[in-house]
Amino acid sequence: MSFERSTTKCALVSNISEKTAMKFDIYSFYKKMEHNDIMLSFKGDITSELLSSMLQIMETKLENLDEQPKVRKKVYNVLVECLQNLYHHRDEMRADMSGDEAKNQAIFMISKNTVEYNIMTGNFVRSDKVGSLQARIDKINAMDKDELKQYYQDVLSLEGFSEKGGGGLGFIDIARKSGQKLNYEFLKIEENFSFFSLYIKISQ
Amino acid sequence: MDKITIEGTSKTPTIIFDSEAGLLELKGRSIPENSIEFYKPVVESLDKYSQEPKDKTSVNIQLEYFNTSSSKCILDLFKKLESIHKTGKDVVINWFYEEDDEDMLEAGEDYQAIIKVPFKMIEVTN
Repeated sequence: MSFERSTTKCALVSNISEKTAMKFDIYSFYKKMEHNDIMLSFKGDITSELLSSMLQIMETKLENLDEQPKVRKKVYNVLVECLQNLYHHRDEMRADMSGDEAKNQAIFMISKNTVEYNIMTGNFVRSDKVGSLQARIDKINAMDKDELKQYYQDVLSLEGFSEKGGGGLGFIDIARKSGQKLNYEFLKIEENFSFFSLYIKISQ
Repeated sequence: MDKITIEGTSKTPTIIFDSEAGLLELKGRSIPENSIEFYKPVVESLDKYSQEPKDKTSVNIQLEYFNTSSSKCILDLFKKLESIHKTGKDVVINWFYEEDDEDMLEAGEDYQAIIKVPFKMIEVTN
């Protein structure tokens, strides 16, 4: 009985691998990730559980790398903001539109080379929000360290609280902690949607 | 009188609020997705306390990480402390940061710039 079951399973497995090996070139995925020094990547729905798991994985990885506490904290802090941005954005998108579940998904990657960490995120945004988002990031990118500090304090002390709680501080905080400009791009995917890519560097 | 003790988790800090002793403590990390909900009981208790505060209120903030969502809630707590301080009572905020953690020191300075309560920046050496 058990023998029978296992042979069926084997047949099934080999059958799948033959088919998938033709359709998806897994080795080229592997090489690409290896070449880009990817530590962790994910594509899909950023749920609360997933967010917690990814933070836990990254925390362990950073500890195992024996990274300086200062850098480790910076990377972790920026990660938290980036992932929570994606998480809150997903909520907004879900409330915003019915139906197209695929547009709620996001991509997240973190890589490390000899000089820096790179955090990359991508998500769909409604095209009518692109202008204001772009203006917000450009405003942050035009500021130096002291201006960012002042701007952070101004936004923090503003009365009122956004539903998600961040109150628009996320990008300012990422810019301050990373000490670098926020690289971004908007790609128009279809009439009403664009794809927002964000690329953050953190020096070691 | 109120006494709140909240055990810390990987995303939320340990919080002790003892109104009898005039003591508020936040320790650990504060990175919940919904910080408003998390901080609500503490904000409410501190609000109640501010109606009839002790002569001296000590606050110890020793956080390893906190997200921007928490930063507004922490500011809310500090605003309540500021209102107590305004009535002439003694209030001190001890802001702990680990050696070399300039970001955490700066975060303390951000609050110091906004809130009119005496801050003590305390470096913790490992």
